[in-house]
Amino acid sequence: MQLTLWTYEGPPHVGAMRIATSMRDVHYVLHAPQGDTYADLLFTMIERQDARPPVTYTTFQARDLGGDTANLVTTAVRDAFERFKPKALLVGESCTAELIQDQPGSLAQGMGIPVPVVPLELPAYSKKENWGAAETLYHLVKALLADRVPKPGTPRPARPEGRRPRANLLGPTVLGFRCRDDVREVTQLLGQLGIDVHVVAPLGASPDDVVRIPEADFNVDLYPEVSRTTAGWLQRAFGMPYTKTIPMGTGATRDFIAEVAQLAGVDAAPVLGRERPGVAGLASSQSRAPWYQRSVDSTYLTGKRVFIFADATHAIAAARIAAQEMGFTVVGLGTYSREFAREVREAARQYGVEALITDDYLEVEAAIAAATPELVLGTQMERHIAKRLGVACAVISVPIHVQDVPARYSPVYGFEGANVLFDTWVHPLVMGLEEHLLQMFREDFEFHDGAVPSHLAAVAPSAPAAGGAVSAPAGEAEGVRTLASVPQLQVTVAMPAVTDPAAAAAPAASAGPVPPVWTPEGEQELRKIPFFVRGKAKRNTEAYAAQHGIARIGVDTLYDAKAHFGR
Amino acid sequence: MSDRPGLPVVELPTSGGCADVPVLKERGQREVFCGLTGIVWLHRKLQDAFFLVVGSRTCAHLIQSAAGVMIFAEPRFGTAILTDRDLAGMADANDELDRVCATLLERRPDIRTLFLVGSCPSEVIKLDLAKAAERLNARVLPRVRVVNYSGSGIETTFTQGEDNALKALVPLLPASDERQLLVVGTLADVVEDQFARLFRQLGIGPVRHFPPRRSTDLPPVGPGTRLLLAQPFNGEAVRALLARGATLLPAPYPFGGEGTTAWLAAAAAEWNVNAEHFRQVTQPLHERARKGLDRYRATLEGKRLFFMPDSQLEVPLARFLHRELGMQLVEVGTPYLDRQMVGAELPLLPATTTLSEGQDVERQLDRVRAAKPDLTVCGLGLANPLEREGFATKWSIELVFTPIHGYDQAADLAEIFARPLLRRERLTV
Ligand code: SF4
Ligand code: SF4
Repeated sequence: MQLTLWTYEGPPHVGAMRIATSMRDVHYVLHAPQGDTYADLLFTMIERQDARPPVTYTTFQARDLGGDTANLVTTAVRDAFERFKPKALLVGESCTAELIQDQPGSLAQGMGIPVPVVPLELPAYSKKENWGAAETLYHLVKALLADRVPKPGTPRPARPEGRRPRANLLGPTVLGFRCRDDVREVTQLLGQLGIDVHVVAPLGASPDDVVRIPEADFNVDLYPEVSRTTAGWLQRAFGMPYTKTIPMGTGATRDFIAEVAQLAGVDAAPVLGRERPGVAGLASSQSRAPWYQRSVDSTYLTGKRVFIFADATHAIAAARIAAQEMGFTVVGLGTYSREFAREVREAARQYGVEALITDDYLEVEAAIAAATPELVLGTQMERHIAKRLGVACAVISVPIHVQDVPARYSPVYGFEGANVLFDTWVHPLVMGLEEHLLQMFREDFEFHDGAVPSHLAAVAPSAPAAGGAVSAPAGEAEGVRTLASVPQLQVTVAMPAVTDPAAAAAPAASAGPVPPVWTPEGEQELRKIPFFVRGKAKRNTEAYAAQHGIARIGVDTLYDAKAHFGR
Repeated sequence: MSDRPGLPVVELPTSGGCADVPVLKERGQREVFCGLTGIVWLHRKLQDAFFLVVGSRTCAHLIQSAAGVMIFAEPRFGTAILTDRDLAGMADANDELDRVCATLLERRPDIRTLFLVGSCPSEVIKLDLAKAAERLNARVLPRVRVVNYSGSGIETTFTQGEDNALKALVPLLPASDERQLLVVGTLADVVEDQFARLFRQLGIGPVRHFPPRRSTDLPPVGPGTRLLLAQPFNGEAVRALLARGATLLPAPYPFGGEGTTAWLAAAAAEWNVNAEHFRQVTQPLHERARKGLDRYRATLEGKRLFFMPDSQLEVPLARFLHRELGMQLVEVGTPYLDRQMVGAELPLLPATTTLSEGQDVERQLDRVRAAKPDLTVCGLGLANPLEREGFATKWSIELVFTPIHGYDQAADLAEIFARPLLRRERLTV
């Protein structure tokens, strides 16, 4: 039994729903009680889908148990097939139905439905949403292509003379992060290289499209959490190679171009030639981000402490951008995608941090509090953590909320994606000159702890908005620090006697020797330091005091530490 | 009541009513939340209680999605997620539950009542939460009391979760013969305060609320207790209170001016409030409510309304919208029809109303498409798809998250229904 307050991922059948809902002409019959129909609103509200997910629930009740729950399945399958006329049918169960063991998949397979029926067994008590999505895509693709798999050892036919190289884009789904726009961006990127996108799946694909997947030359594994299993199978079964680079950030996009050019057997030079790193390349680059990053006004970004927690794909990519393109310092890197823990650990090593692999929201909160970052890049969970801690935040990964599905074109992949990321990460921060003014005139009454960056609306997030699931408080800006509790929280953080439960739960990094105590004067001085660097100053000073055996931190200790650590 | 001259009797004229009209009973796919959803408002109402769902990742995800707005860093609810180990018997589920509860209570010393909330999985594997509560109580009482109820989707729909939670508390209410008015059903705090003022002016009291704001302030119950119902979905809890000697004051629900007056009158008659005094207290307020409603009449009058089943509020709200705002009722769907709970409401619906109970969502949507109502009240999963098909909708969850009871909220309630229509008039895109 696992105590959970908020979850990063839903159950695996929600992953299956994401696949079904992304596609055309696919229907999913789900053996599940009525409450499970809540999942529809994720699609219709968060993603603003304009049609109901293609899902029929059996909604069995207690009075059906032990009686004819199996009958409910066959009725639902028949009704759904007749009403929706899908070209492929997924049949599965949610957590409760798994316990009553009606085997809906096999029941449906025995009904003589004249389209492929794909049974889904997604263990609800050990697996989660992304895994469920990956398995569903894999089983569906495998079922639709089963009779086309060449004999093992058959060499892959060469691309016919004169036909442009083709790639499939695998992995984009509804309720993914910016998938709709990433697909467009990557498609035009491939177009520049003379590569055609053959099939995009699951987003927008029908079973007929899936059948055409092997006609392409290679696959782009766009969202490995969802598509790696399928890409791996296509490689084994059809000898189709797949990409390993995620084109997120300027550097990674360049690497991606080189990789796909190689897979497609085309020359990358016409495109990459314009994308040389350094000042010399700025004039010809397709991306504005490198110049913005080199522009002097970005100097203030240097060394900003950033904590990253997301799905593995976006976390790893974001860390590279943060370190190499923004000039930040990565002080934390983690993921809830256990399936890709190894990759995240590897990445974390590069930045000299220990990877945080967990799906426990409280653990993440404690780690963020302990790392005292100036910017958090995360999911909507981290947005709330950051809001509570008074730290700036940008969302880079699912789980997301309605405001993370913008109306405008805003990919995070490709060159335009790099521009978008620059803007969205910088937006919540206090800007350079403003930062200086805050430092110089820290006694100005408008520069109190609750003051927000001047370009962000000074709206206090109000009480829980009525209207339920998706009502984002109007004008909510992610850097807002006007939560009534924040000033106290800041003070609390500055005190050795921590009363905040979240902070109390922080890993006992300071366990061991007695931590130094702040004198009232030291604390007074600490409070004069603007809130966005105060955490860092506090941390440095305490570390300095501990190193030098100073038991009581006074004004001088603070400045000694400052001299010792630099900015 | 009418045999007691001088008491306020509010006779609401009916047009025959629909108490006896046949009900369309459906048993197909339902598109309604399960009772776990009630936790979303109950954990706000009961400020010292924690709701621990014993269930699956689905249950955790449901509450999270329904609560949506995750303003609270640490909400007073959580899920003990069953894992393979619990199911395979590798870990004793009872020991595991004890461990989780101990951790939780240690973390939250402010908690006075811990609700163990059953779910479909816990019920199917027959995890006995009553026993678990008993076992835990032996350890944690008197500091904390552990109570259990079911919010499972195989047993309950949406608002029934509150019913079950309250029913679980009924045995814990102290016994008392004291004459008191007990208002049953969660009300917004602001509405509670408004009603408190009114009851005081009318000389009705003492008035207590169930649920109370603090789980340690449980109201007493006994033969002197008169029940006035604020929500139509607490049938089981009400019957448990009746079994403890309380008496039900039948009344419509306090939605709209008329509903609120009739509701107050039921208590006033019982407390022998002089009719003239009653009129003096309530009439100005009723008048004010009427004025407030006038603003929206033009928008709503004559418009055809379709209720998909959701919150159990459908019948009283249909009555209000029909009688006080002139809306036409196409179909009033409700997850289940508890005639004891809506006994005073049904006769007030026009005899032509189609009442439906249960659901077969595809067929019901076919009826929506055929009837082309001006406004459809439905759950969040259906709203956008219907809008896309050209139907104006009102999502029903707002009705349980917004203060809508009483005179001074009557116009707000009307506005909730008028807004989608007014919005459509504004938009030119
Ligand atoms: S319907 Fe059952 S399994 Fe689903 S969320 Fe509700 S209690 Fe949990
Ligand atoms: S209130 Fe805003 S930030 Fe919070 S969950 Fe809702 S949309 Fe996300």
